[in-house]
Amino acid sequence: MDLLSQIFVEPFALMVEMPDLLVQTLWEGFVSGVLYALIALGFVLIFKASGVFNFAQGIMVVFAALTLVGFYAMGVPAIGALVLAVAVMFALAWTVERVVLRPLVNQPDIILFMATFGLTYFLIGFGELVFGGEPKQMITDELMLPTGASDFEFGGGYVRIQHLDIAAAVIASIMIATLGVFFSKTRIGRALRAVADSHKAALSVGISLNQIWVIVWFAAGIVALVTGIMWGARSDVSFALQIIALKALPVLILGGFTSIPGAIVGGLIIGIGEKLGEFYWGPIIGGGIESWFAYVIALIFLLFRPQGLFGEKIIERV
Amino acid sequence: MIYRESGQYKTSYEADRAVFPLRQDRIGIAVIIAAAYAAGVFGSDFLLQAVLIPFLIFSLAAIGLNILVGYAGLLSLGTGAFMGVGAYACYKLMTAFPEVNVVVWILMSGFFSAAVGVFFGLPSLRIKGFYLAVATLAAQFFLQWSFNRIPWLYNYNISGAIEAPLTTLFGVPITGATATAEARYLVVLTLVIGLTWLASNLVHGRIGRQWMAIRDMDIAAELIGIRPLHAKLMAFACSSYFVGVAGAMMVFLWYGGAEYNVFNIDQSFFILFMIIIGGLGSLIGSFMGAALIFMLPIGLGIVLPAITEPFGITVGAATIEHLRFMIVGALIIFFLIVEPHGLARLWQIGKQKLRVWPFPY
Repeated sequence: MDLLSQIFVEPFALMVEMPDLLVQTLWEGFVSGVLYALIALGFVLIFKASGVFNFAQGIMVVFAALTLVGFYAMGVPAIGALVLAVAVMFALAWTVERVVLRPLVNQPDIILFMATFGLTYFLIGFGELVFGGEPKQMITDELMLPTGASDFEFGGGYVRIQHLDIAAAVIASIMIATLGVFFSKTRIGRALRAVADSHKAALSVGISLNQIWVIVWFAAGIVALVTGIMWGARSDVSFALQIIALKALPVLILGGFTSIPGAIVGGLIIGIGEKLGEFYWGPIIGGGIESWFAYVIALIFLLFRPQGLFGEKIIERV
Repeated sequence: MIYRESGQYKTSYEADRAVFPLRQDRIGIAVIIAAAYAAGVFGSDFLLQAVLIPFLIFSLAAIGLNILVGYAGLLSLGTGAFMGVGAYACYKLMTAFPEVNVVVWILMSGFFSAAVGVFFGLPSLRIKGFYLAVATLAAQFFLQWSFNRIPWLYNYNISGAIEAPLTTLFGVPITGATATAEARYLVVLTLVIGLTWLASNLVHGRIGRQWMAIRDMDIAAELIGIRPLHAKLMAFACSSYFVGVAGAMMVFLWYGGAEYNVFNIDQSFFILFMIIIGGLGSLIGSFMGAALIFMLPIGLGIVLPAITEPFGITVGAATIEHLRFMIVGALIIFFLIVEPHGLARLWQIGKQKLRVWPFPY
């Protein structure tokens, strides 16, 4: 009885009693949700265009941020480092297409999936070898990102909002909107959608698959760079980010593998759900549930709606 | 010349179905096993403790995962956590019933991880491929969290770690601080040989054929009368059993103690890499993959300084670790492109070449 009240009554009572805490938790969940959504977006881009489930997206985030910080540490000015990081992401996309995707074309999906494990480990080793494994400070000020925080009075308390988080949300929205326009209005965007629909039909109207793959991997690299900057500014740039980036997988299960709106909604659900769960229900079972909460949500979701919230097709069921 | 089957006639169906149909293979296996036991008696402590014991344990874990991924075609990323279940189950059993021999508990602990594995394998009835991989990630993170946050599992130790108490077999200490590397190695070797034999019988028998049918085409398998529910959950159970025993052996016969973060996701990945490089759906591949992935850093640590030191470059331990990641990653991509069946396939090709050598026509 006591336990039931702890689960079903007390958290809600606490929410009503201290609305400022609730809003704070919601906001934090929202921001981490945006970041999850950004990582998931990188997955979706690649999955739609090449059918590859890119496990390496998480490490691409770390790698992009590391490159940026690494170039800056070598004395390149911030803007130059940013340009160089973009160039590195392009080189990565081109190399991946040449070395990994092209020889493995027409292989079963699962083989390509495992190839991206290899890519992940290669990038971890390469990044640590070149830039060192220790955590680094993101160059927030040099990139003209706002810092500091504002307190808003709300419901008898204060809600503290980091300026950086607002910037993250704004930049993420701008990027998603840009991607949306890019996909629906430009020539390349239309080609991308054609490839996503059917590889064979796209080939037969003269779209170069290899070129498209380089473009989507590059786009995913840009998304990774932005995510890396945002996340790196919130904590710091380290390889621990990679474990957090795995959370994008449950986000995808929730949102569906092929849907960009799904990635965003899924990210927000996971981010907010996780923070609420951790704050209000976590203490009952000892706290720290953030590490697995998202996966368990995804697991339950898989049992009832395997195609996700916005997924296009019913996934292969047995 | 030597490796030729001429003159070896099969006169019964049993002989035809044998796992090692060639006399040379049988002799070879006997020689390897004898050499492995001899290594336990004559090998140095370093060789046993740092190379052979972990190699055997990882091989066993790789066999377990190979049953699931290679034979039944179900991708799992929760291996590390299932190893942990075996280790913690063994610890609880050992401390609750210290009068029973530890080897019994190591073998029993696999049943606990099998039960947990079946539970987390339930989603596999509806999903497969990377959806299943994500579902097993839930197992990985949830179980790892439980090892940390449920104090009952580590008997309310203040350190939060589990430690191997002193136990003996035939009067010789095999776990705990006073156990010699030789004693532990011989126990590990015997267990691994026994369990490999069991796994070999499993995959060559009716159950193994069911798994392979499910892997190759599940709908056709169902049509010829294989129940996917049984076959898949059986695969999860058997796989987790082997993995759990490997986990228990890792803590009690190798490390001597462990914390929850030993069973992290990197452990899962490394065992997955072992079977990708060694060969999916091959027992000998599990051994080869474990050898390659596990020995790689040791080999690099010896070879790299030897190459670079004449040029005045010193290679630190961190660099070797980074290089290991790079090489493992590159090897995986290389094997997936060039030889998707892994080292085991190379071994097969080599054997085939040997059979016709020196007259290939």
